[in-house]
Formats: sequence, C-alpha cells, structure tokens
Amino acid sequence: MDMINLTIDNKPVVVVKGTTILEAAKSIGITVPTLCHMKLDDLGIENKPGGCRICVVEVKGRRNLAPACCTEATDGMEVSTHSIRAINARRTVLELILSDHPSDCLVCAKSGNCELQDLAHRLGIREIHYKGEQSSYRADTSPAIIRELNKCILCRRCEMMCNEVQTVGVLSAINRGFSSVVSPAFEMNLDHSVCTYCGQCVAVCPTGALTEVDHTGAVVRALADPTKTVIVQTAPAVRAALGEEFDMEPGTLVTGKLVAALRRLGFDYVFDTDFSADLTIMEEGTELLNRLKRHLEGDPDVKLPILTSCCPAWVKFFEHQFPDMKDIPSTARSPQQMFGSIAKSYFAGILGIKREDLVVVSIMPCVAKKYECGRDEFAVNNNPDVDFALTTRELAALIKVSNIKFRLLDNEEYDAPLGESTGAGVIFGTTGGVIEAAVRSAYELYTGKELPKIEFEELRGMEGLRKATIDFNGLPINIGIAHGLRNARKLLEDMRAGNSWYHAIEIMSCPGGCIGGGGQPYHHGNVEILKKRQMALYREDSNKAIRKSHENPYIKKLYEEYLGHPMSEKAHHLLHTVYFDRTR
Amino acid sequence: MSRIKLSDSAVETIKEVCMSFGNQEGELINVLHQVQDKLGYLPAEVQELVAQELNMSVAKVYGVVTFYSYFTMIPKGEFPISICMGTACYVRGAEQVLSEFKRQLKVEVGQTTPDGKFSLSCLRCVGTCGLSPVIMVGEKVYGRVSPQQVKQIIAEYQEGCPSHEAKSA
Repeated sequence: MDMINLTIDNKPVVVVKGTTILEAAKSIGITVPTLCHMKLDDLGIENKPGGCRICVVEVKGRRNLAPACCTEATDGMEVSTHSIRAINARRTVLELILSDHPSDCLVCAKSGNCELQDLAHRLGIREIHYKGEQSSYRADTSPAIIRELNKCILCRRCEMMCNEVQTVGVLSAINRGFSSVVSPAFEMNLDHSVCTYCGQCVAVCPTGALTEVDHTGAVVRALADPTKTVIVQTAPAVRAALGEEFDMEPGTLVTGKLVAALRRLGFDYVFDTDFSADLTIMEEGTELLNRLKRHLEGDPDVKLPILTSCCPAWVKFFEHQFPDMKDIPSTARSPQQMFGSIAKSYFAGILGIKREDLVVVSIMPCVAKKYECGRDEFAVNNNPDVDFALTTRELAALIKVSNIKFRLLDNEEYDAPLGESTGAGVIFGTTGGVIEAAVRSAYELYTGKELPKIEFEELRGMEGLRKATIDFNGLPINIGIAHGLRNARKLLEDMRAGNSWYHAIEIMSCPGGCIGGGGQPYHHGNVEILKKRQMALYREDSNKAIRKSHENPYIKKLYEEYLGHPMSEKAHHLLHTVYFDRTR
Repeated sequence: MSRIKLSDSAVETIKEVCMSFGNQEGELINVLHQVQDKLGYLPAEVQELVAQELNMSVAKVYGVVTFYSYFTMIPKGEFPISICMGTACYVRGAEQVLSEFKRQLKVEVGQTTPDGKFSLSCLRCVGTCGLSPVIMVGEKVYGRVSPQQVKQIIAEYQEGCPSHEAKSA
C-alpha cells in the first residue's frame, strides 16, 4: 500500500494514498468543519459534491484554498486548517449561505438539531455582512414529508439518498444559479411523484428544509378528549434510539422509561408493536410455509420467493416501480396496521366501546408510517385503524413539552394483552431481524422440532445484501436480505429476469433497517450510532424469556378467542391486504 | 410510464434518437439536443420517454432541461424571432431592439405569444456583422434593424406569411 506523508496544522501524519485531507485530519483528531459532506462508513454511502466550500483549507504552495472533503492528500503537503485565510474564507462562505437563509431559527422545526445552526455557532458568526435577494419557493406538504426549500442549502444529500441509495429517483437539482432547487420532475409535489416516503432525505437533511409532518398537536388533543380512549403502540426500533434525544448514550435501551413516559402523557393503555410483530410472523410465516409446501408438491402457480411486507416505503416502491410483481410479496399487513386492526376490533370489543371512540397512536422510527396509516384500505367507514403515527423525534418533543424528566423515570411494564411480546418481535427493528424471527417460528412449525440454537448469526450484519441457507431438517431454505432500496431493486430485477435463488427475502427500505429510519433521532452521518442501536435490539431479544413468536401466550390466546388460526378467513380479513399498480 | 400520450411518430423519433446514442445515460445532452431539433421543444411527455429509454429518472432529465437555457419546454411560435446578441450587434443597439420586441409582443426571451404566432429568443452571431444589428424571423434575416422598425416587422407576419421561407419548419 502506498503511504503518504504530510503535515496538517504542523502535525505530521501518514495516510494511505487516496485519503482526502478531511480524513487525514480526522485521523489525528482535527475536525475540519463540513456542511454538504456526509459519509456513512460501512454502508458505502458518501456525499461529497464539494459544493459548499465550508471545509476549505490552506495548502502551502497552492494558489487557491482546497476543499478538504474532496482533495486528495499528497506527499509532502503542508496543510493549515486554521490559517487566517482559511478561517476568513470559511466565514465568508457561511455568511453568504446565511444571507439567503431564513433567520427564523427560534421557531424552526430543526432548531437545536440543525447542522447549519451548529456551524454558525462554531464559526462564531455574529453578523451577516451580505444582503441580497432571498429565495422564495413555495412549501410542499405531503402525507409524511414537508419541503421548505427556502431553508435548503443545496448540499444535495437528499438527492444522493433518493437516487444513489434508494434508486427512487424523485429528487434532482433543477434550474440554474440562484433559482436552483432540489425538486421532483416538473416541480410536481411529492405526493404526485413516486416518492416512497422512506424519509432518508429527511434523515440526512442538515437544515430544516426537509422535515416530517408534525402530528403531535392532534395527539395532544385526542389525549385531552374525555370521550376518547387513547392507546399507543411502540415500534421495536424506538426503544433503541429515543434515549439519544435525552443525551443518553446511543444504544441505550429505554423500553421501561418509554412505557413510563407514555403513561405520564396520559395514554390509557400502553401497548407494543412487538406484539403485532409476533402476529405478523404467525401470518407471514404460515404464508411462507404454505407457499413452500405447494412449491414442493410441484404446484406451478405458486410464487416464490416470498417477500416481506412490513415496510410501507418498500410497499410503495414496488407498487410504483415493479407493479408486475405485486403478487410476490406477502399479503400480511405491517405490524403497525395489524395492531390497529386488532385494536379496533378485538380490543375495542374487550373494552366494549365503538371503534370511533378508540384512538390508536403509534410511535414509529419512520415517516412512511404516517402515509401508511392514511391508506384507504386501512380504514373502516372512514375511521382509520391507526389514527396517528408519530416519529421517535416527535415523541421526544412531546415528552419535553410535558415537563417529564425522561432520564429519571422508573421502568414500567407494557399493558396486557397487546403489550406482551417475544424477542422475535423486538428484532423486527433491524435489518435481518424480520427474517430471523420468521425462521425461528417457521423452522419449528415446519419440522415440529425445537431449534437447537435461537440466534442466526448468518442473518445478521450491516451488509446491504446478504444471503444464507438455513437447513430445515434436510430442506435447504435460501434466504435473502436487502436494506436500502437499491439493493431491493437488484433482487427484484434478478427475479424479473427469472434467476432468483431465494425462497424468502426480507426487505427494509432504510439503511440498517428501522433503526436507521427517517423518523429516528438524527445520526448526523455517524454510522456507529446505527450499529449501537442494532446491538441494543439484539440485547433486548436475548434478555427476553420468550424468543419465538408462536410461543407468545397472548398471541395464542388471540387465535383461540378471536382469529381461529393463522390465515383463517377472519385473519385474512383483518390482517392481510392487497397491493395496487401505482405506475405513474 | 403508461400515461405518455405522444403521437406514434414522435415516439418513434425519440426512440430512434435514443437508440442512435446507444440508450446511454451519459448521452442525455446529445439526445435532448437532437430531440429538440426534431420536435421543436421538450414537453414533459418527451422527457418522460427519454428518461425511460435511457433508464434514468425523469427528475434528472428535467434537471438538465432546466439547467441549460438552450432547452425549452415551450413550443416555438409559428414565426420564431431571434435577436443576435453578438458583440457587433450588441454595441449597435440589439438590446434596444430586443426590448422593443418584448414590449410589443408582451413576452420575455424564451416565451411564445399566447396565440402561438411569435416566440422570442437570442442567438450569437449569424456572421453578417456588417448588417448589425441583425434579427432573424424563421430563416429570413433582417439587417440594420432599429427599434422603430419592430412594429412594422411584426405586422408583416401578423397578416399572414409574406414570404414562405420565413415560416419555421
């Protein structure tokens, strides 16, 4: 390997050829400020258009300043990251950016979490010396995402996520010069585009230009309404990330505090989406075994592989882009929707109230869940199964506004019956988790034998595309796992070409799975945070007494008392769905 | 992409152009140039078909179309008027001539009058600097144009087409 010697701020450093000045500086503890640049190590995601010029440094002997994020270190280079010239240039660049940025930080949704605001603070900007025209682009609201392009600094991170990572291709920079904006084609609104609402653009936006639609007000009103019973479900990935909003270490599990906080907020029952994740396994696992059985019996009409259908962005993706294959994914609804459906039928029955008087709120790591709960097919007489989906971030805001000292809360337990879950339900929140949960149950239901080992290490990890073969007592089952829609697209294109090797495939839209969802606390480009959240979920799983969905006693009871058996007519009606051709 | 409603011949033309560039994404600008030459402009449906043929997102195609001023999504008028803004014409008053056309036609550069008769654009040097300032209506060249003549030139075309060669293809 070719090594390069250089000095940065008079400190010698040795790096591999090809390293940028930014990375070389980082390796010796010098953090050059950046704005447009973002790198998610191990996920192969990097944005470095070199457009913002915040990271400029002075290189001895070079006429102009060099952007550290996209200038390669060379042998003998002498770099100064804090020469007067570099600092002045950086401040000028930032002042120019700020001169066309609204100064309503006090009331901005991103306040306190904004990379532009942080930078202005870090560079000590006290005055903006430049005055000029201000962008005035209309705001665009969709069921899940709000675009406020006056706050856009054209870092193009969203565009990179939408095109390179997700291959959805909705966003592109359009127009030229001052009138440049990032927009869907023909400046159409997001809700007319093929946007999946995965929210990865929101997750990486450094400013308040892209945010989720805020439903906290509606939830507060429901909680204050004495005629309503308000219940809440919490998605698996929320418990591994919410603590970050309260300055806790990434990867801290806050399950018990989460439950306690929700009770303080006034929810009548605090339930767990992990419960309906177990239910999803019962339905999806049974569907897999049915398809497999028919396949082995030589039925030519059976569709394999089966694809998971928990992720609403993934569902919208294939409805837009692969409508010819819409009979391949499992028909099982997502855990959020299964929960809503069971809550407003079975649980409303237990309480003896009408579905209209029961309000179901979900706490999700996701912005697409806001869109999902508004889909027409998930409502009865215009009353949605899930009324409001809040993101992890929105819940944190609600806890703060309600004067709850989150870190000091004692752990509390979920309510019965929809709060009981297994370790299999917990790992739904990470890439590889849904299929591992499915394999745990499908193996035992198929072979009639107990699993020798519950953990399937071969299904875990952060690789974008993974595959493994699981031995079902002599029958090899080929499993595929994809996270990030680019990887999902690869699998689908193989399938369309007729050369797919798999029996079952798990797909999650967001890199890392739901732990990296668009509604989670902002990771600001630090991929370690995602890994710690993932480890936290596996930790919660291994701490659970019951770790297989089909052994959840309340799931068994639900089938005994209400649904009959998996894929029964009633289960079909309440827990399964249909997909639509949304070609545009 | 089922909603594309272009004429069969336009679809054929676009597909041929894309094919001639190997349906390569990297050839987008060349493809757009040729398609615009053949069809006159690049409406949304055309961009969608180009995106489909080159296997890229329509947002990216639209991004390129809106970046370069040469590309237009507005059909040219029956009589496209081009004002030369080359150096010689410019110093001899092309700007005033352009302003007068804008004022009389009530359109900006790159736009077409609502009746579809006239469109206004600028060009760089037609090689007749001795006649500056120069304008073209379709293929017909007018030299030593003064702002006072603008009204009369427009009038020539408003009553119909005086000379066949001025009509655009």
